[in-house]
Amino acid sequence: MSAPARHASGATVDFEHVSKQYDAHAKGTPGAVNDLSFHVPAGRICVLVGPSGCGKTTSLKMVNRLIEPTAGRILIDGVDTAGRDVTELRRGIGYVIQQVGLFPHQTIAQNVATVPRLLGWPAARQRERAEELLALVGLDPGRYRNRYPRQLSGGERQRVGVARALAADPPIMLMDEPFGAVDPIVRERLQNEFLRLQEDLAKTILFVTHDIDEAIKMGDLVAVMQLGGKLEQFAPPAEILANPASEFVARFVGADRGLKRLSLSRVSELDLRPAVIARVGDASAEARRRSATDPFPYLLLVDESRRPIGWIADAAIPSEGRLDERLAHSMSPLINRRTTLKDALSMLLDADVQAGIVVDRTGAVLGLVTADMIAERMRETAGDARFAAVDLETIERAGAIGAIEGAAQPSEPAPT
Amino acid sequence: MIDWGWVADHLDHVAFRTLQHLYLAAIALAIGFAVSFAFGVIAARWRPVNVVSTAIAGLVFTIPSLALFAALVPVTGLSILTAEVPLVLYTLVILLRNVVAGLQAAPPDVREAADGMGFRAAGRLWRVELPLAVPLIIAGLRVATVSTIGLVTITATLGDALGGLGFFIYEGMNRFFLTEILVGAVPTILLSLVADRAFVWLQGRATPWAPPRGLQPESNA
Ligand SMILES: Nc1ncnc2c1ncn2[C@@H]1O[C@H](COP(=O)(O)OP(=O)(O)OP(=O)(O)O)[C@@H](O)[C@H]1O
Ligand SMILES: [Mg+2]
Repeated sequence: MSAPARHASGATVDFEHVSKQYDAHAKGTPGAVNDLSFHVPAGRICVLVGPSGCGKTTSLKMVNRLIEPTAGRILIDGVDTAGRDVTELRRGIGYVIQQVGLFPHQTIAQNVATVPRLLGWPAARQRERAEELLALVGLDPGRYRNRYPRQLSGGERQRVGVARALAADPPIMLMDEPFGAVDPIVRERLQNEFLRLQEDLAKTILFVTHDIDEAIKMGDLVAVMQLGGKLEQFAPPAEILANPASEFVARFVGADRGLKRLSLSRVSELDLRPAVIARVGDASAEARRRSATDPFPYLLLVDESRRPIGWIADAAIPSEGRLDERLAHSMSPLINRRTTLKDALSMLLDADVQAGIVVDRTGAVLGLVTADMIAERMRETAGDARFAAVDLETIERAGAIGAIEGAAQPSEPAPT
Repeated sequence: MIDWGWVADHLDHVAFRTLQHLYLAAIALAIGFAVSFAFGVIAARWRPVNVVSTAIAGLVFTIPSLALFAALVPVTGLSILTAEVPLVLYTLVILLRNVVAGLQAAPPDVREAADGMGFRAAGRLWRVELPLAVPLIIAGLRVATVSTIGLVTITATLGDALGGLGFFIYEGMNRFFLTEILVGAVPTILLSLVADRAFVWLQGRATPWAPPRGLQPESNA
């Protein structure tokens, strides 16, 4: 989930009762997209997710009118797209297609500058912009600008595809499985890089994937679709995981949705357990007394700057003399405040002493996190839509949600 | 066996016939290319046009060239027109197919990307589809050129005023004079080879983006 942007450069996107039937004669049969309504606030990533053939691509292509809806309206910043000149509309919407679709006969720089060229920018500005964007997506312009697409790896092409879509700085981006054609490791890197970019760009993004994990990671809002182009649930990821709206959604997000929710929370959201600590050179007797008053059976030995050295079992603390480093017999994984609860838990399960040591940027101890605390945290948020409530507020501030009826609304926050 | 003296005496004539040969071939190729290009752009867009023109082209190709020349004589006489009409037709038949295939060679994802980014139809044709058609168009030109250079020799049957290097082959055959036949045939073969290499070179220059020769241009899926 991307952090809320400082300034939203994006536009709002509204689907209002949008349907698409490819076969105009087959009246009565469920179409490819069925009465789709939702509101995407400016600057947010909305992920369309669902099984193959559920109408995600169709929905996306109706926004830039590569496909015309059979019924309903799509509004951008409140303006019906049907009334706009289709070429102008498309030049104002960044489009990343699954198969990338780079122009094989053009250099990377020319590919990136496609829309600026269509818009008639001066050649020098096109070139500058292409280089700027290549750098932005992590490709060295000096190395890549004059290459042809066939000379790039799959991951590099995907980056160029994203750069090309961003070239004319459109307020809206449509991304159809933009990271689909690469291996999981590269995909993860591209996802992270893109989320970092989006913090500054603050585009309104419609993002298609069939991978629920990607949806949860990338989406501020997630639209879960069902075969026949029906919207099953439209809500922030935490809400979808905590309160699936239907049997279908629950099955689609998977039996491990509890674990998935762990990846949405970070250690910084926990009230850390204070650690009983002692410095090297402290009096053993005093440390032993302090540790005995705390139920946790270990004392944490730290150095001059409060950086952890290791655990000393209560029973192993000498009754006299001074503490020294050789007493520390084991160490726990070091965790920082940005670590997800999922990662923290998995690190904990591997450790000798079942507590993770949370440290700050300098490596100094902040406190401890235990598996119990994580489980407790999950119980607190299960069934209560605290996360959803936060996002609902931002949506309401962005306006217009009351105007859209039906399935588009995230379910109400549960009374607390 | 070969009468080198005869060859030396006829160098001027050989030069003249070589130029005439090139001239006859070039006219046929230029007209054939222009027509097949214009037609190909239309046929690539409208399926019915494509179906009909492919059928006609297939039919034309089955007519023996000699028969076609003969059939035209009553209409156009022993003129250059009689020589060029069949040459243009054969060029057309070969090129049209390649122009259409070339214009349809742009992978669907590339077309969709072009549409999605706001190309108009004409812009997409000139900026995307046409450049991507170049390898197949040049491949067609190669075949058409080699075939036309060969066919020009047959126009010698229409009289001394035509035929290019074919004049020597035709006359040599009538006189059972091997030297003269070779003076016609060997330069014809050389012309074909040189033209073929020229197109290979042009191909490389015109499409630096394409994978090395021998491979089809890949889609960037
Ligand atoms: N051009 C078309 N003509 C007719 N039917 C189509 C067309 N395009 C898509 N469909 C049908 O519409 C439905 C939705 O297709 P769509 O491509 O939107 O699915 P999707 O959710 O993007 O699937 P995937 O995850 O496989 O890409 C499918 O049943 C598909 O067969
Ligand atoms: Mg799709």
